[in-house]
Amino acid sequence: MTAALSISAEEAVSVVRSGDTVMVGGFGLVGAPLTLIDALVDHSGATDLTIVSNNIGEPGRGLGRLLRQGRIRRGISSYFTSNPEAVAAVNAGEIEATLVPQGTFAEAIRAGGAGLGGFYTPVAVGTELADGKEEREIDGVRHVLEKPIRADVALVYAARADELGNLWYRRTARNFNPLMATAASVTIAEAGEIVAVGELEPESVVTPHLYVDHLVAAA
Amino acid sequence: MTDDVKARIAERAARELHPGEVVNLGIGIPNLIPGFLDADSGVVLHTENGLLGVGPRPHGDELDPDLIDAAKLPITALPGAAYFDSATSFAMIRGGHIDVAVLGALEVSERGDVANWAVPGKDVLGVGGAMDLVVGAKRVIVTMTSTSSRGEPKIVERCSYPLTAAGAADVIVTELAVFRFVDGELHLTELLGDATVADVEAVTGARYAVSLEESHVGG
Repeated sequence: MTAALSISAEEAVSVVRSGDTVMVGGFGLVGAPLTLIDALVDHSGATDLTIVSNNIGEPGRGLGRLLRQGRIRRGISSYFTSNPEAVAAVNAGEIEATLVPQGTFAEAIRAGGAGLGGFYTPVAVGTELADGKEEREIDGVRHVLEKPIRADVALVYAARADELGNLWYRRTARNFNPLMATAASVTIAEAGEIVAVGELEPESVVTPHLYVDHLVAAA
Repeated sequence: MTDDVKARIAERAARELHPGEVVNLGIGIPNLIPGFLDADSGVVLHTENGLLGVGPRPHGDELDPDLIDAAKLPITALPGAAYFDSATSFAMIRGGHIDVAVLGALEVSERGDVANWAVPGKDVLGVGGAMDLVVGAKRVIVTMTSTSSRGEPKIVERCSYPLTAAGAADVIVTELAVFRFVDGELHLTELLGDATVADVEAVTGARYAVSLEESHVGG
């Protein structure tokens, strides 16, 4: 699939269908695949989306643009608060919010990509974020069951990719990207730079290419 | 709360950190602590968005858009630093590999319950990594003023705000005093500045033992 790997952002986002769950990498806007998000906003009509992302962008930037179009039905996130417009949309009943502790959010995505049925964590025990979750005592410590999170499509950002789709991340722009790359039916990677096969040190590859379905050059 | 009060709390909290300890600093007062650590303090700072070895704030051309802390503010990385994804970062936290978490709070109860993420009736849409850190760090230091902006005690018999975690606090540093939890019981162990036991009593809504450490008696 090497030859078809590299496509335009517009083509890439055409795989997103209405009603899909879409994972989007980034901590705030750092490490967010902004070229792909903008293509989704400008060139896709998909609506009624469930967005899995640590934040829902910023006002009018990143996922904040998609929010303004009213195309997000539900957000699964650890911190909606960084976009006041997302908070307002939740409070107005325009989008449904599922708030997850950040470590649980990351691990649930990892579990989703690793074929696990979930995991027990002591985090959130006795708080309102554990309401309705199965609880179990393990070695004398209370834990709650957290189920895996998967998506139809993952949009991730890597500073560098090779033409096979091996990914290398830079500094704190890594964050949720390598996890999300593993946990979707289709993974689209936006890369700051695309190099020839063989130019990435195999030991420096963080996301091996088998996870990546499409590669898009960052604008 | 004046900047001077915040700085005094941060200065005292900094003296709780020891060489070789891996420390995660929360938003607000904890973020002032690096200003009170000597260059050779030996304290290693972790930020949950994926860096061990956080350095000072950048100047001029050191600014890197891919390098931020959990408050989404620019940072630098020290020699020997390491980057990792969010699942790895929170595995460090939950797995007991972070020695100390320093964080602000709305309330701490006399049993060590911490409430620091949500105010009922306001936006309860951002939890971030607070729950993971409070549960996972080996030692939890709460830095906060002794009363809220409405003058109500923040050290209370029972938290009225939604919990971050139950029984998690180890140390509380306010502008007046240091409290420690010993075998699940709250002890006033140190008076700061000109504060007296009566001053502390007037702004504390919890039951506690007065167990002043020798050198501070009468302080």
